[in-house]
Amino acid sequence: MTAVAYVVGGILAAGAVLALYRAVQGPSILDRVLALDVVLAIIGAALVLNMVVNRHLDNLILLVAISLIGFVGSVTVARFVTDRK
Amino acid sequence: MTDVVVSVLLIAGALLSLAAGIGLVRFPDLLSRMHAATKPQVLGLLLFLLALAVESGSWVLVPLLVLCWVFQLLTSPVSAHMVGRAGYRTRHLRRDLLTLDELDDVVVRAADDSDGPARPDLGSGRGAGGGT
Repeated sequence: MTAVAYVVGGILAAGAVLALYRAVQGPSILDRVLALDVVLAIIGAALVLNMVVNRHLDNLILLVAISLIGFVGSVTVARFVTDRK
Repeated sequence: MTDVVVSVLLIAGALLSLAAGIGLVRFPDLLSRMHAATKPQVLGLLLFLLALAVESGSWVLVPLLVLCWVFQLLTSPVSAHMVGRAGYRTRHLRRDLLTLDELDDVVVRAADDSDGPARPDLGSGRGAGGGT
């Protein structure tokens, strides 16, 4: 189980690094928002992984909070993207 | 046995996150990146929460996890819709990659309806009228 935890953590870290690369590189702000949404999803996955490995349930409220933050953040940014040519 | 199921679920969910990262880096424009980005948000979270439920082994936890997942399931299409709409209106998409753009006709027709005479400068990809 410990080995599985390390493998899953490594895969999640690789995904987060790739998403962060797109967030830094992304040509438009919408690409960055999308990439940061993926980073938030990966953070949520890491929280669940922590709960599974350490056998506790303390992070569930953080999971809900993270999806709320991702929702509010991306809707707000997308709402105020203007066509500036 | 439980450990095997939990491990498979965790690794599958993590591979979805990795696929989203690779898709974000490799795909050419905003709309196709959105296609990749939604995988860990819904299916990846589902697999991870299933792993947590299997590992804890009690039914008491299930409504809480369903609540978590349904909340994500309700919010992520809305934010994806907003992002896609903003991307369409600000032309953050490559039209040569589209096979069909049904929204273009609708936008042109709406522009004709609301503004009386046709305004050709509104024709391509800018929404007509305000509203959200």
